[in-house]
Amino acid sequence: MNALLIRSRWVILTVVVFVVITLFTAEFQQDQTTAVLASALRQSTPLVFGALCGVLCERSGVVNIGIEGQMLLSAFVGFMVASSTGSLLAGILAGMLTGALMGAGLAGLSVTLQGDQIIAGAVLNIAAFGISSYFFQQGLTLPSGKTPQVSFGPLADLPVVGRVFFINRPLTYLSLILIWVVWFVLFRTRWGLWTRSVGEVPSAAETVGISVARVRYTNLIAGGCLAGLGGAYLSLEAVGSFERMMTNGRGFVALAVMIFGRWNPIGIWGAALLFGYASAVQTQLQFRGWLADDPQFIGMIPYVVCIVVLAGFVGRARPPAAVGQPYSRE
Amino acid sequence: MRWLKPAAVPLIAVGLALGIGAIVLAVSGANPIEAYGALIDGSLSSQKTIGRTLEKATPLIMGGLAVAFAFRAGLFNIGGQGQLVVGGIFAAAVGFGFEGLPWIIHAPLALLVGAVAGAAWGSIAGLLKATSGAHEVITTIMLNFVALNLTDWLASNSWKDEGILSRTPAVEESAVIPLWGSFPTGFLVAVAASFGCWYLLERTTLGFEIRSVGLNGDAARYAGISVQRIIVATMAISGLLAGAGGAIETQGVIGRYEPGFNAGLGFNGITIALLARNHPLGVIPAALLIGAMEAGGSMMQFNADVAPEITDIIEALMLLFVATPIVVRWFFSHQEIAEVSVTSGWGSS
Repeated sequence: MNALLIRSRWVILTVVVFVVITLFTAEFQQDQTTAVLASALRQSTPLVFGALCGVLCERSGVVNIGIEGQMLLSAFVGFMVASSTGSLLAGILAGMLTGALMGAGLAGLSVTLQGDQIIAGAVLNIAAFGISSYFFQQGLTLPSGKTPQVSFGPLADLPVVGRVFFINRPLTYLSLILIWVVWFVLFRTRWGLWTRSVGEVPSAAETVGISVARVRYTNLIAGGCLAGLGGAYLSLEAVGSFERMMTNGRGFVALAVMIFGRWNPIGIWGAALLFGYASAVQTQLQFRGWLADDPQFIGMIPYVVCIVVLAGFVGRARPPAAVGQPYSRE
Repeated sequence: MRWLKPAAVPLIAVGLALGIGAIVLAVSGANPIEAYGALIDGSLSSQKTIGRTLEKATPLIMGGLAVAFAFRAGLFNIGGQGQLVVGGIFAAAVGFGFEGLPWIIHAPLALLVGAVAGAAWGSIAGLLKATSGAHEVITTIMLNFVALNLTDWLASNSWKDEGILSRTPAVEESAVIPLWGSFPTGFLVAVAASFGCWYLLERTTLGFEIRSVGLNGDAARYAGISVQRIIVATMAISGLLAGAGGAIETQGVIGRYEPGFNAGLGFNGITIALLARNHPLGVIPAALLIGAMEAGGSMMQFNADVAPEITDIIEALMLLFVATPIVVRWFFSHQEIAEVSVTSGWGSS
């Protein structure tokens, strides 16, 4: 326990400083603080979905740079289905299915055909961009509107915390639950043990009777469902329509979040909130008219944060040992 | 027929991609023959359309070279887009900033400054990888977004033209890379760059070191090659190529820098590099093919009422078939086909 405290002292220090600053500002400007924090949570949600997808893939030893494409195409298909059927649930399920199919495609290319995983991911991205642009029609709307807000009665009345965590839309709640579900699956179940062993030393896993191919396929498809939820979140919950290139690099930021979170769902949540916070501050600065003449500099903030964090932390983080290597039995 | 052998995989990949593209067209209610007819009509039917194809192919050659060159060192540069816009705006700045220079100095100077700016931008990702191990796939993409914001800012502040549009002033006559009839002269620069890359990779010590690092980083290290130095140098040269592509686009095609120019080049560069199987000279025919599809895309929309984005789908399919040689191997069951490999784990440097 003591060792754990010492090892994570910087994380704890950051959290403490952050909480103190937040409480301090909340004392004076409760509305703004609440708005920024709520926005940080909203901005972090697609990153959480994407990074959870990434962690499932990488823990089983497959690099997935196609998360961007998975989210983009799921956002598109989810929106088209919800727009034509009028059912948001159908849209969300269609988004998940799209992500899962793309995950299966990535598995086919990288596990069965043993192709290069980075190139396979690039194929997903280009295909998603081409398909969503080709079949996109302007002017479609959601007959049912965005996903509705759900508030947790008395909890929602708590100052700051209530409005940040307990008045949200369904997929946001789902992402908060899934963080713990993925953590539990990875670190407390037999499947998680198999996944991690396949990601570290696949030959040893195969020796004790675990099918590397089956574990990788399952994880890539499950991860695809999560990325699909991230896409559905963008088009059906955050924006309420589809736009070309609407993922805007979030799939790649999600990979940085995954690395920063050290391939651990709980770390990922913290990292995603940090990025969400950077984006929220950006929006807030624009809203208040600071740097109004130079919005481009504000627009850079999340990406610069991403680069700095990646450069500062990746060296110290240790990826699963077998990541990126196709596995064959010989 | 011997020269056809290395081209077998790309040719079959292109054929399969066009075939499946035809099915997609048919399914979405268009006539594939009419659509492909319009595509050829708009890209190869006359001197003017051929000129347009060459013009479109020029930045594609540079973008494809940028990706292919980095691949040879085992680096995946997705940042061609960012390096291109940075190169483009700096070439524009030199192009409109100096007056009265003779063409023979002004045009090459603008091209050079654009190329060096692209090299500087590319080497950021190289430095990050060499010093901290941050994977270039993520850093180059993030740098793309930063570059787009940065050039946007420059084009709407310090280097803004008069008027309401965010763009730079037009470059001086003396900085223009001219059309020769309908033949774009910039194309020659791109072809020369291809031969230059081939020479650098195959006939120089630096090229040997780059290829060694790409084949086996550990072996290269034991042989006394500084892998860090090679990573930075490779990313700089890769950025130099993309930046020069942006400069040619600015000086030869658009005549100024304006935001949103040549979007999607990063993706096209990947497709072209893989179609060319990372050979600098193979980049030329691959870029001509994609250039023809881009040049003919608008004709396809006009004549056959097909959204030009179909070409993106066809490109993704080409990439798919090139990247997974096993698919093509069904056609050539007994020939060995070299595989492309770029994946190295996160944080390995």
